[in-house]
Amino acid sequence: MKIREIQQYLNAEILCNEQLADREIISACGSDLMSDVLAFVKEKTVLLTGLTNPHVVRTAEMLDVSLIVFVRGKYPMQEILDMAQERDIVICRTDLTLYEACGVLYSHGLRGGARGNGE
Amino acid sequence: MENKFILAEKYPVLANDFNAAGDASTAIKTALKRIGINSALVRRIAIATYEAELNIAIHSQGGEMILLMSEETIIIQAKDRGPGIPDVVLAMREGYSTAPESARMLGFGAGMGLPNMKRCATDFSIVSAMGKGTLIELRFALS
Repeated sequence: MKIREIQQYLNAEILCNEQLADREIISACGSDLMSDVLAFVKEKTVLLTGLTNPHVVRTAEMLDVSLIVFVRGKYPMQEILDMAQERDIVICRTDLTLYEACGVLYSHGLRGGARGNGE
Repeated sequence: MENKFILAEKYPVLANDFNAAGDASTAIKTALKRIGINSALVRRIAIATYEAELNIAIHSQGGEMILLMSEETIIIQAKDRGPGIPDVVLAMREGYSTAPESARMLGFGAGMGLPNMKRCATDFSIVSAMGKGTLIELRFALS
């Protein structure tokens, strides 16, 4: 599923790196707990979260996450957008809740990541 | 211990500085990508390194991250200056955490860090002495 499709399904707004919206995403993770994200996420993943601090981008960077979607209508601070811009991470926001956003993507066939050793 | 390191770098990690926490891991990831280490291995190293760096920032009085690379192995050492871990076996248990509210507000402190480091690394070791500090060593085979 392409980032552009995710944007459409979630009725989301792309806040940075729109030029990368043709990237392919193969799994998804919804969580506000970055500790769990670090333990569960695969690459080419979309991270859906309501947490808007710079460590969300740091965590995404370490995991090679291509897309972060901020849920519940949250706007991230400019500092976060600047960090994501430098790291080639696409940022979106949607008014949907975390539960709804995950449900929408799951119903379109995007599955979660199984825990592994980072690969 | 290998005696021929082709790369050796050291990065300081400050206690409770959550703005800077992650800088060492970013630098290490960038260095490994630059020298052409395969991306799946870089990702495993980056995850474990970031967990270790956060632990120093959250739990310790400060310390450092050390990157060592030989022909066969990449070694990450996370060293801090204390206070030490009273019960390492308990600290290794998933879900056990003593992280303060300040770390939890950022999305950390779920008690997943040490087990996740162990899972990512080829070899994992931890030595902690109360009043002295903790040394975590993560080894990643290059072959």
